[in-house]
Amino acid sequence: MLQLNHISYSVGEGDDRSVIIHDISLTVDEHRLVVLTGPNGGGKTSLAKIIMGLVRPTYGQILWNGRDVTAMSITERARLGISYGFQQPPRFKGLTVRDLLTLASGDKALSKDLCCQYLTKVGLCANDYLEREVDASLSGGEIKRIEIATVLARNSQLMIFDEPEAGIDLWSFARLTESFEQLHQNTDATMLIISHQERIISLADEVIVIDGGRIVCRGTAAEVLPQILGNTKGTCPVLAKEEWRNDTK
Amino acid sequence: MIQNEIDRELLEKIADLLDKPVGAFNIRKDCGCDSRESTEHIQIKDRTDGHGGIDIFIAPGTKGEDCHIPVIITKPGISDTVYNDFYVGEDCDVNIVAGCGIHNCGGEESRHDGVHTFHVGKHSHVRYTEKHYGTGDGTGERIMNPETVVFLDEGASMTMESVQIRGIDHTKRHTKIVCGKDAEAVITERLLTAGTQTAESDMEIILDGEGAKGRVISRSVAQDSSSQVFYPSMVGNTPCFGHVQCDSIIMGDAKISSVPAITANCTEAQLIHEAAIGKIAGEQLLKLETLGLTESEAEEYILKGFLE
Repeated sequence: MLQLNHISYSVGEGDDRSVIIHDISLTVDEHRLVVLTGPNGGGKTSLAKIIMGLVRPTYGQILWNGRDVTAMSITERARLGISYGFQQPPRFKGLTVRDLLTLASGDKALSKDLCCQYLTKVGLCANDYLEREVDASLSGGEIKRIEIATVLARNSQLMIFDEPEAGIDLWSFARLTESFEQLHQNTDATMLIISHQERIISLADEVIVIDGGRIVCRGTAAEVLPQILGNTKGTCPVLAKEEWRNDTK
Repeated sequence: MIQNEIDRELLEKIADLLDKPVGAFNIRKDCGCDSRESTEHIQIKDRTDGHGGIDIFIAPGTKGEDCHIPVIITKPGISDTVYNDFYVGEDCDVNIVAGCGIHNCGGEESRHDGVHTFHVGKHSHVRYTEKHYGTGDGTGERIMNPETVVFLDEGASMTMESVQIRGIDHTKRHTKIVCGKDAEAVITERLLTAGTQTAESDMEIILDGEGAKGRVISRSVAQDSSSQVFYPSMVGNTPCFGHVQCDSIIMGDAKISSVPAITANCTEAQLIHEAAIGKIAGEQLLKLETLGLTESEAEEYILKGFLE
């Protein structure tokens, strides 16, 4: 179980101080698929990074399976079963797709068959990609899918994906959503997915809308989706945002 | 051949030798010939021009054979200059493993200057590996200055792998390859310096024949206060294709200078160079940390992958 207690996060000091996350408390039970959604710049990625330890909260406590991990490093959290798929994954000259999958799985003798399974889930063929370097020769979409495959290979108890759909073609996206669905049905993993895609939102047990660093709405996909879709008015974004907040209070 | 642990370590590091090599070989130790064997197709002979070193004659049509010519220096205060000339006949396909290891446990400098010249016959393919390694707890410096000059005849190719990973205090490397018609040269250079070590690599590929191809892939890591300078140069004199790619990772207080040059003397010459120097990106470390490595393990993993 993941528990966030009064998480706040701000950057800068004095007049330049900007509050990114305002006192968010949240509990995610085991084996839940939770989607974080909301306008760009609302604080979703910051919150996800705080959970992984990529960013330190200014205030608050993070409990993972009852254990306080707030002060723990990324490595310690990873070893406790938290994994993270970056929105914009880095490239590595000299490291192959096989290297990253092997490292992610923790199995130095990871078989080609298993690599193939992970890659197939993101719409890639092991024969074409396994020995390729994760460098500039791969497109953004390919790098993104490899990134997601490394999270799948990690087989963690808590998998966090930051906009897994970004940069991925329609065919691979369909394959990816199927994989998320299967993962949710066939494993005990808890999944936290940041997404703007209706298809992914509709898979969620719970949808949490974050805007302005606050949780402004949460519920099932059936409850929240109509509100999201009904709020795309195409009006002034600032006014729309205010209206959205008033609607959801 | 292998008389003690120092010999064993050096030969294993530079030539993967744990025992007597298969095929022709010449092992040079502390300025003299330690052991030598020729085969029916690969003859190794002393030079006759007064220089120290050997001539290696590879008979036309020799395929699938190996030739090992490692050099080891196991004592301080040795300065060894050696000239090795290779004459590779036509239609050969051979592996040549050179390399030098220095163990210096004293206060005096140990130095090896190896000058290798290859004459590769028509349609022959040579894979040439040279690894340089230094060890020993002495304060004397370990210096290595390899020079490699290659002449590739029509349709010939040379795949050269040059590796210096640890322990050489100073190196000045010079490589020159002249490619004839339809000949191809591929050079992969990997270099790591640390402490106050210095390395300079001067590489020149001359694409002289029509259809010649040249490729240089240089990857280096400079740590601590070490310094590296690279001068990769590609000259296209005919319709040809050349690509120079230099990537370096800089760490600590190190300094790297990369000065690639491409010169086209023909309108049909296609030459490309790319050079990049940068530190390990923070995002790379963070990604590997999310896979369970510590920051130092992640750094080591990235460097290992980059150099391998």
